This record gives sequence, structure tokens and C-alpha cells, in this order.
Amino acid sequence: MPYAVVAVILVTLGTVGIGIYGLRLARTTSDFLVASRSVSPVWNASAISGEYLSAASFLGVAGLVLAYGADMLWYPVGFVAGYLVLLLMVAAPLRRSGAYTVPDFAEIRLGSPGVRRLASVLVVAIGWLYLVPQLQGAGLTLRTVTGAPAWAGAVLVAVVVTVNVAGGGMRSATFVQAFQYWLKLTAITVPAIFLVLAWQADGRPDPAAATPPVFRAATTVHLDAGVRVDVAEPVQVQVRGRGPLLLTTGRHDLAAGTTLVFPAGSAVPHLHGLTATNGTTWARPLSGAGGLEHPLYATYALALATFLGTMGLPHVLIRFYTNPDGRSARRTTLAVLALLGAFYLLPALYGALGRLYTPQLLLTGRTDAVVLALPGTLIGGVGGHLLEALLVAGAFAAFLSTSSGLLVSTAGVLVQDVLRGSVRDFRRAAVVAGAVPLGVALLATGRPVGQVVGLAFAVAASSFCPLLVLGIWWRGLTPPGAAAGLMAGGGLSAAAVLLTLTGTVRHGWPAALLAQPAAWTVPVAFAVMVGVSLATRRRIPLDVGRTMLALHAPEELGLTTRR
Amino acid sequence: MNEPPRRVRVTGPRTAAVRRQPGRQTLRALDEQDVVGELLIRSLMRAQLTLALRVALVFGVFLGGFPLLCALIPATTRVDVAGLPLPWLVLGVLVYPSLLAGGWFYVRGAERNERDFVDLVDRR
Repeated sequence: MPYAVVAVILVTLGTVGIGIYGLRLARTTSDFLVASRSVSPVWNASAISGEYLSAASFLGVAGLVLAYGADMLWYPVGFVAGYLVLLLMVAAPLRRSGAYTVPDFAEIRLGSPGVRRLASVLVVAIGWLYLVPQLQGAGLTLRTVTGAPAWAGAVLVAVVVTVNVAGGGMRSATFVQAFQYWLKLTAITVPAIFLVLAWQADGRPDPAAATPPVFRAATTVHLDAGVRVDVAEPVQVQVRGRGPLLLTTGRHDLAAGTTLVFPAGSAVPHLHGLTATNGTTWARPLSGAGGLEHPLYATYALALATFLGTMGLPHVLIRFYTNPDGRSARRTTLAVLALLGAFYLLPALYGALGRLYTPQLLLTGRTDAVVLALPGTLIGGVGGHLLEALLVAGAFAAFLSTSSGLLVSTAGVLVQDVLRGSVRDFRRAAVVAGAVPLGVALLATGRPVGQVVGLAFAVAASSFCPLLVLGIWWRGLTPPGAAAGLMAGGGLSAAAVLLTLTGTVRHGWPAALLAQPAAWTVPVAFAVMVGVSLATRRRIPLDVGRTMLALHAPEELGLTTRR
Repeated sequence: MNEPPRRVRVTGPRTAAVRRQPGRQTLRALDEQDVVGELLIRSLMRAQLTLALRVALVFGVFLGGFPLLCALIPATTRVDVAGLPLPWLVLGVLVYPSLLAGGWFYVRGAERNERDFVDLVDRR
């Protein structure tokens, strides 16, 4: 345990320290922009990947795979494929536009303050939706490894990131983000090697065996929150302080503070709502493992959300500005594909091992903790603690880097466009931008990190993807068309997200459509944007030809410097 | 005394930027957005978009078709290859190098399109 605390402190101090040091370095260089333009594609790609690999990637994917099986492999696939779509459709033109954020792009392309304002509201909404699970992930991590209350980790990350961003320590720090990528890659790879060796030494049990999850050894489960569980097979447990208890088949409510000891070989009671699934079904796609409804629809909707949503994430776009030109923006994106691909080979492995060695997470529902819990169970001793500390370091690097990237872009938009008049300086905007998601994270019940992040992708795909793609490739886009499309796509997807997160609709097709809205909100957004633009042809910006030239002509012709 | 100062020829180092003196006429056509310039930039956009959509189509068919394949022929989900179930091999491993290869192919093509465009402007 102390190792993990040391890891948290080291990563936090390191992030803040390098941030301050990096800023000093940038100040002594005569011009920061010149310095950033000498950044090579690989270095830049490390920074982009460092900011991108969030709690959802580091913890969430493994947790989802543990609970819901093969269909969840689409999350990491989508997270990477989103960068391919970004490369194909927007990377070089967007860099050439000189836009720093989507609202900037809206203004450059359409010359409309109204569309700009609308885009700004959406940036803040997406930024906050993405920040909440990061902070909840931090709370979960700190609780898992130290037993601290859940709010502690969330407050720690929110305060560190807000102070750091408000102090200006993170803004210029390509260096910090690049360092965070390599830290995260190391933190997920090294323990994976030891875990696989331990699994081999254990006789290579098959996670896809035809049995539901069982406790391989006698397992003590402490509940720090009350849970409702479904018991499939009766099991005789020891309740600490109370003696033996027979959990009969059916539903049971277990109170907070209970400690249960399950005998080796007993089936794992599952959190109510999480259907127990045997390994064969779990390993097969579209099998509805874990109680997922309408898996084929959910798979396609998730793929669409992640493929098209990546380009619209606020903290992704802002990094492209550090590329000197469109050509290097493309090469940077290509390097990002390589770096992210290397990382995403591993989270699913943790999920699969978790089914064998930490199935109690299916009882507590804290499946997001699987990555952190494995070394202690499978390896144990000092080695297990050291590996756990390394994973905690990687997880905190994920919370800190993604949160600060989101906070910088959200605060920047807040101060520029949304709170004009009421909030003037960046520092106060950063405090607002950090405080709101912290409040939500503390009040709202935790949902799987990966799922909530997936919803943020869906909103981005339904609003900014049509704006960027049509804005870059279609001269006919008009300000009213863009505004109507943003409102239709962004509004519908945001409504679906709210209904899903509040648990208003729980079953059947309506729940599936709301839980993965992209499959219908993206087409609606495109259709509205194109339709209204065609109906308002007279509002096509007069300088559209010049803008298209700036977006698409190679820089070496010397035409694009006019913007 | 009233004599104007002698004109001096100013030269710079022979960097790539100096050597690549685009043909004035075409450059002006682009810059002034006349019919020729408009056609030129439209042709570049079409070439780039065609390339992008072509790559997207390949992934749309193979990656997008995979869930459908699993749904229509459930037997594919039960095949084991190299000790891994086929879906895990495809979605967990093979997809990542494929995306990288697709990206590489696109970047190569897009840069070639731009080179052709610059050459076209240069030549005239």
C-alpha cells in the first residue's frame, strides 16, 4: 500500500514539476511557437497519445471486457480507428485552417459568431462529460489501493489539475504529455508480462472455459458500499463477526461494511443487473454476455460513435496546432496510430485475466478496478505491491494528463466565448471548468468509466464530426445549416446521454437506442446540416473559395500564410 | 550627391523554398480565384477526398462487415486461431497493424497528390 501512495505522489509531483520546468524552458526560448514547431512528429504524437489515453483506456476497457466480454473489444478498436478517420478526413486541412479549437474553425470557415457560440457550448458539454469519469476513476483508484474515501482521489486530481492549469504550468507542456504516454505504456506492459508468467505458472487456466466465474481460491470480499446481488447457485459463506451463512439462490441485499469469505470453487454472485455468463458465451461477440441487450446494434452504434467522435474531442484538436504544417499533421497522426495500437494490445488481456483471478469485482460492481487488483491477487508479496504501484502510477498519469488537456480546452473556450463578461481571466475560468465536473463526480453514482467516455464520443460524433467533415469538403455549408445540425445532433445525443445516465429508461430497444445514440443521431445531424444548408444557399460565405484554398493547398505554394 | 544609390542584386541561400519558384501565372490564378484557379483546387480536393473515401471504404467493408459476419455465420465466432478465438485475434490484435498500414497508405497517397499539384502549378 505505501508503494502505491508513493507512486501517486511521484507522478503528481513529476507532472507539476515538469510542467513548471517546461514553462521556464519555453520562456527562455525567444518564441514558444517557434520552439513548438521544431517538435518532431514522433514527439508530438507521444504528446497526443499521452493526453488521449485516459482513465477509460487505462482502467475502463479492461473492466468492460471483464464484465461484458468480446463486444467490448470495440472500444479500443474505435479509440484507434477514430484517429484513422481523423487522418483521412480532417488532419491536414484542419491544421492549415489555423484553428485552435472547433469554435475557431466554425468562425474561420463560416464567419458566424452564432455558430461559434453554439460550438463553444458543445465543447464545454463534451469536456465536462469526459472529465467526470476521469475524476471518478481517480476516486476509485485511490480507494482500491489505500482504502481512502471515494471523494479523496477525485478532489486530489481536480485540485492538482486546476491549480496547475490555472497557474499556467500545463499549457505549454508537450513534454509532460509525451512523458505521460511512455509512463502509461510502461505501466501497463511491465505488469502484463509478470501477470502472464504467473498465469502460465498456474497451468494456463482458460478464461473462455464453459463455466461461469468462480472463486479459484478462498476469497475475502469486503463491501464498503451496500450491494444487491443475484445468486445463481447456493453458496455457504462465512460472514466475519457473524459466522456461517447460506446464500440461497435468488436476490440478496448485502449491507455496507460486511466482510464475506467465499470458499474456493464457489460460483460468484453477480451484482444485480450484471448477468452471470459462462466463459464460452463471454468470449463470443454478440452473445449478450453480462446482460447486454441488442448487441449487434450496440456494436455498430459504438463503432460509429468512436470512429467519428475522436475528431471532435476538445483536447484532441488543440494538440494539432503544434504541428508546423498540414503534411506533418498527417505524419503525426500516423505515429499516433502506431503508439495507440501498441498500448491497446494489453487492456483486454487484463480483462480476461480478471475473469479468472478477480471475479469478486463482478459482485461489487467495481469492474474498473480490475487492472489494479490483479497484481495483488495473482502475484502478491512485495512484487505484487510494486507492480500495483506501477499501475497506480500509470492510472494517475492517465487522470492527470487527460483531465488537464480537457480543462485547458474547456477553460479556454469558457473564457473566450461562453462566460464573456462574467468571467474575464483564464484562471477563474479554469476554476469553474474544474469545479463543475468535480461536483457532478461527487454527487453522481459511478458508472463504468469506459461507458461514460463512450457517450462523450457519441455527442462529439453527432455534432462536431458533421461540422468538420462538411466544413472541410463541402462548399455548400451555410451558417444556418451548421447551427441547425449542431443543435439537432448535439441536442438529441445530449438528451440521450442524460436519460441514460439518470437511468430513466432501462430495458428493451428504447434503452439500447439511448445508451448508444450515435447510430441515429449522427445521420440526423448530417441530414439536418445538409438539408438546411441547401435551403439557405444564399447564406454560403462569400470567401468560401479562399477558405478552401487555405485548407487544401500545400503550404509550400505560399498561399496559406494569408490566414 | 543627388545620384541614387547603386542597385545591388540581393540573393539568398539556395534553399528549397527559393528554388521552388512556382510559375507565376498559375499561382496568380489560384490566388485570385479565377476559373483556372478554382478548377485546380477543386481537382486537388477531389483527388484527396477520393483517396480518403477509398481507404475508408476498405475499412468500412472489412471492419464494419465483421460484426455482420459474426451475426450471420455464428460459427466464425467459435473458430480458434493460434490459441485465440478468431474475434479476439481480429479485434484484439490484427486490427491495430491494419489501421497503421491503412494510415501509411493514405499518407503516401495524399503527399503524392500534393506533390503532383505543386508540380502542376510549377510547370506553367
